[in-house]
Amino acid sequence: MSESTTIWVIIVAMGMGSFGLRFLFLGVIGDRELPEWVLRHLRYTAVAVLPGLVAPLVLWPAATEGQPDPARLAAAAVTLGVGFVTKNVLAAIFGGAATLFLGMYFL
Amino acid sequence: MASYWDRSTFWRGFRDGLPFVLVVGPFGMLFGVVATEAGLPLEQVMSFSIVVIAGAAQFTALQLMADNAPTIVVIASALAVNLRMAMYSASMTPHLGGLPAWRRALVAYSLVDQSYALSVMEYEKRPEMTLAQKTSYFAGVIAPVLPNWYIATLVGALVGQSIPDSFALDFAVPITFLAMIGPMLRTKAHVAAAMVSVICALLFAFLPWNLGLIVAGIAGMMTGAFVELRTENKDMT
Repeated sequence: MSESTTIWVIIVAMGMGSFGLRFLFLGVIGDRELPEWVLRHLRYTAVAVLPGLVAPLVLWPAATEGQPDPARLAAAAVTLGVGFVTKNVLAAIFGGAATLFLGMYFL
Repeated sequence: MASYWDRSTFWRGFRDGLPFVLVVGPFGMLFGVVATEAGLPLEQVMSFSIVVIAGAAQFTALQLMADNAPTIVVIASALAVNLRMAMYSASMTPHLGGLPAWRRALVAYSLVDQSYALSVMEYEKRPEMTLAQKTSYFAGVIAPVLPNWYIATLVGALVGQSIPDSFALDFAVPITFLAMIGPMLRTKAHVAAAMVSVICALLFAFLPWNLGLIVAGIAGMMTGAFVELRTENKDMT
């Protein structure tokens, strides 16, 4: 198998697999009623996945070879804080970005 | 045929999705640059972004391909990074499960971190939304984000290595996720779920194929459900 064919295999398999994962529940369950205990768990999907996704990126950024970086830590804290207080995603993004650039410049 | 179009809700979603162009753009561009540098021809770089639309999984695949990992390992690892999409799919089902199959397929195709997180936030904030409104909001969010992902990848692939490191683009993604997490922490149960998720993700970071995140996700969901149940019971007594 040539290298190009291998890459095509990877692309197609990843595409089908990713779609399969995304369609898994939407497609199979559709509008059937889910039991209350399942719904209770699903309500917390977003807050259970996203924080776990970012925590390692914040603590051990690849850009600094996994060393904790004061500018990135400060930016993360400000983003989370502004988002929590204002409930405004955009304000949080700009607050965090500003902190990151100020931090990289001064720290 | 039922209509799933609600104009004002679509545009509210569009407005909410628009800022993410600023994040998805650089991320897609970065993928275009890195994939092209890794030696992929343009048609493969673009196919990746159009067929897979999952930045983290795409980067994982590139990295493993560069390390000459066996094809099956590349595919399995990249899909493991995307396992969270199955959780998003489950979480969207109570809201959008009523759509016809082909529309559910379209939602599934465009189910990414941003469209999921913004939509679920909106659905929780406005529980009175109809199926048409929920669908229109989702479509509105994805409308500016998805084309931007394709175009940014193309620009990255064509422009190449001219983005300076000092832009700290690596941190664009964590910042947007954190910005979405803040407003989600509405109750004690949400906060507890998030804290358990962080602790587990760090403790289990050593697991291969990003499985630590799946452990963190399941533990977080159980924590949220548990705290919610306990708070409810306390309210009743």
